[in-house]
Amino acid sequence: MSKTLIRIGYASCGIAAGAKDVLAVVEKRMKKGSRRVELQKTGCIGICFDEPIVQIINEQGQWTYRKVDGKKMERIYDEHVLGGAPIYEWTVGELSTGGEVPDRPIFEHQQRIALRNTGIIDPESLDAYLEKQGYQALEKVLKEMDPDMVVKEIMDSGLRGRGGAGFPTGLKWSFCKKAAGDRKFIICNADEGDPGAFMDRNLLEGDPHSVLEGMMIAANTIGASEGYIYCRAEYPLAIRRLKIAIGQARERGFIGKNIMGTEFSFDITLKEGAGAFVCGEETALIASIEGERGMPRIRPPFPAEAGLWGKPTNNNNVETYANIPWIILNGAREFQKFGIKSSRGTKVFSLAGKINRGGLVEVPMGTPLRKIIFEIGGGIPKDRRFKAVQLGGPSGGCIPTQLLDTPVDYESITATGAIMGSGGMVVMDENTCMVEVARYFLGFTQNESCGKCTFCRIGTLRMLEVLERITKGQGKETDIDELKELAELIRASSLCGLGQGAPNPVLTTLRYFENEYHAHIVDKKCPAGVCKELTTFVIDEEVCRACGLCKKACPSEAIEGKPGVKHVIVQDRCIKCGSCREVCPFDAVGTG
Amino acid sequence: MKPKAKDIREIVAPFKGDRGVTIPVLQAIQNVYGYLPPETFSIIEDELGIPSSVSYGVATFYSQFRLRPVGKHIIKACDGTACHVRGSQTLLSSIKDHLDLKDPESSNDGLFTLEIVACLGCCSLAPVMMIDDVTYGNLTIEKMKEIIMTYRKGGG
Ligand SMILES: Cc1cc2nc3c(=O)[nH]c(=O)nc-3n(C[C@H](O)[C@H](O)[C@H](O)COP(=O)(O)O)c2cc1C
Ligand code: FES
Repeated sequence: MSKTLIRIGYASCGIAAGAKDVLAVVEKRMKKGSRRVELQKTGCIGICFDEPIVQIINEQGQWTYRKVDGKKMERIYDEHVLGGAPIYEWTVGELSTGGEVPDRPIFEHQQRIALRNTGIIDPESLDAYLEKQGYQALEKVLKEMDPDMVVKEIMDSGLRGRGGAGFPTGLKWSFCKKAAGDRKFIICNADEGDPGAFMDRNLLEGDPHSVLEGMMIAANTIGASEGYIYCRAEYPLAIRRLKIAIGQARERGFIGKNIMGTEFSFDITLKEGAGAFVCGEETALIASIEGERGMPRIRPPFPAEAGLWGKPTNNNNVETYANIPWIILNGAREFQKFGIKSSRGTKVFSLAGKINRGGLVEVPMGTPLRKIIFEIGGGIPKDRRFKAVQLGGPSGGCIPTQLLDTPVDYESITATGAIMGSGGMVVMDENTCMVEVARYFLGFTQNESCGKCTFCRIGTLRMLEVLERITKGQGKETDIDELKELAELIRASSLCGLGQGAPNPVLTTLRYFENEYHAHIVDKKCPAGVCKELTTFVIDEEVCRACGLCKKACPSEAIEGKPGVKHVIVQDRCIKCGSCREVCPFDAVGTG
Repeated sequence: MKPKAKDIREIVAPFKGDRGVTIPVLQAIQNVYGYLPPETFSIIEDELGIPSSVSYGVATFYSQFRLRPVGKHIIKACDGTACHVRGSQTLLSSIKDHLDLKDPESSNDGLFTLEIVACLGCCSLAPVMMIDDVTYGNLTIEKMKEIIMTYRKGGG
C-alpha cells in the first residue's frame, strides 16, 4: 500500500472547533508505528463552517471529512487510513462516488491565487513552501528582472490594493521607487480591523512565506532594505507562524544580507498592534510603529514620499503582497484573464453571519454577489429570507436583495453605496434589524474614532444618540433628516477614511431600508424583532409542537411548557434575546 | 505577581537605544503583570527618556493596555459584526451573569476578567470567545458555561 497523508486544518478556526483533539488521536495512533502514514498540519482550506476538517490523501484519491472529532478520527484512522474503507457519511463530497470525492460547489466557482497554498501546505515548513515554487519569484526578480520591469509587470497585471481603497499597486510602487532617499521602508498592513473579516488572518496562518516573498519583491523594486509587518494582537497564531516563517527565511538566507548572492539585503520586523481600529489607516499605522498614539495625518505627503520616520515607505495589504509572487511567475497576462473592467484578478472574501457555509472563498473579480452567497455560501440557514449583505465593515454598507446580481468589482460595489473594503461579507437575514445594524456600526466607529477631527469625534456620537433613540422607540420624525445632515457633515469634515466612511452604514440602510426606520419611529415596532423595547415574542400555539428546544435555550427561564404541552413565554421574565426564535425548528416563535 | 520597580526596570532595559519602542515596552510589561502598574510610566521616563506623558498617552489610546490588575484568565468575548448578528449580545450578558460581574469587568474571585472585543477572526464560528490564547467557537450559553467550568476546575 502506498503512503497515506492525513491533513488536518490547523488554523485558528480549526483549533477553535476542536482540531486539537483530532490531532491528539492521530499522533497517538501514529506512535503505535505506521510508516505508511504521514501527518500534515495546514492552514484553513476555507470551509470553516465544517471545521474541524481532515483530509485523507493517497493514491486512490482525496477525501475531505467534515466536523471531525476525536471519536470520529479514531474510526477514520482505523477504517479508512489503515483499512482502506472511507466513511462516506462524514465526507464533504457526495455519497455516490467510488474513489475521488467530488467537491461541493464551494470550490467549483473559486480561483485560488492569493490562497494558492493555504490549506494545502504546512505553513510552518519552509520546505513545503519551496516545493510550491516558493521564493522562485524572488529569484526571478533578483536575477532576471530590473525594478522597472517589475513595476511594469505589476502595473500591467491590473492588481489593485486589497486593503480597501483599491489603489493600483504598480503605480504605488512606482511612486515610492521614484521618491528620493537612500533609506526606504516596506510595510505590510496586517491590522485587519474590519470586524467580521478574516482573510488576512487565514493567509498569514496558512501561507506566511508568500506574504514575506511579496514584501521582498516590493522591497527590491523600490529600493528598501527594511520591512515591518504590523499585525493585530488578536491573532496570536498568525503572529506565531509569522515569527516561525521569518526565522526560517533568515536561517536559509532568504532574509538577510546579499540574498541569493545578489546585492539585495533585507530584514523584517514584526510589530504587534495594540487594539486600535484606526491604526489600519496607513498614516496612523506608521505613527503606531513609531511608538506614538495612532492618529492619522493629512496626506499629502503620501507615505511613498514621507512615511515611516519621514522616509519613503510603501505600504500594502497582506493579500496584495500574497498575489505578487504568483503574478511574477505566471505573468501579468494570466492575472488579467481573471476579473472584469478595471478590477482584475481574484479577491478573497470571508463569508460569515447568517450563512450556511461560512468560510473563506477566493473568486474572480466580477463574480456576482448572489453566486458567492447562494452557490458557494449555500444560502441562509433554515431557509430564512436573505435581507442584506454587509461589505466593507464600518466604512461600508448593506446591499439589499434587489442588488444581489451586482458583480464584485470596485466600481459596481461603490455604486451601491457600500465599498469593496477588504473582503469581509457579513450576511443578514430577515431576523436582523437594519436600524440596529446601523447603530452597531456607529457605536463601533464612535468608539474607535481617534478624536482628532471634531466631526468624527462628536458627530458620530450625535448620530449614535439618534440611532439609540430610534432603536429604543423614542425616535422622532425629524430624526431621519438629522441623520442625513450629520452624515454629510462628518463625511466632508473628517481627515481619514474612518470618519469619511462612518456614515455609510447609516446611509445605505436608509437608502434601502427606510421603511424599517419608519416602523421604529412611527409604528414603534421593530419588524425584525431585535430591538428589545419594540419587540414582544410570542409562540404560535397552532405551530408549536412542544419539543422543548426553546425552553432549553431560554437564558432567563421565561418559557413554560412540558412535553406534549404547548409552550408559552412568560412576558415579564422575557429578556427579548430571541434565542427561542433562533432555535425553533418549526418557526413557531414570532413577534407580536 | 506583585510588581517591583526593580523588575520593571529589568523589563525596560533591553529597549534602551531603540526607536519606536513605546508600544513594545508597554506590551512587555503588560505581558508580565497583566496590566500596567502605576510605576511603569516614570520608570520608562527614567530609563528610556520617553516622557511619562507620552507613554501614558499611548497606554490610554490603545485598548489593549489596562491600568488595573486583571483576573487570572482573560475572557475576550467577541462582538464583531458576524458575532453580533449571531447573538453575541445575549451570550455576553449571560457571561456577565454567570461570572457575576458587576461593572466593570473583573470577577470577584480574581479568576476572570472580561473584555469585549470586535472580531477574533473566527467569524464563521460565531459567536466566539477567547480565553487567554484559546479561541472557542459556535458558542451556546450552555457551552460557554462548560468551558468556564474547566478553567475553574483547573484550580483557575
Ligand atoms: C480606518 C481605516 C482602517 C483601515 N484598516 C485597514 C486594514 O485593517 N488593513 C489594510 O490592509 N488596510 C486598511 N486600511 C487601508 C490602508 O489605509 C491602506 O489603504 C492599505 O493598507 C493600502 O494597502 P493596499 O494598497 O495594498 O490595499 C484602512 C483604512 C482606514 C481609513
Ligand atoms: S465577528 Fe466575532 S470573530 Fe469575527
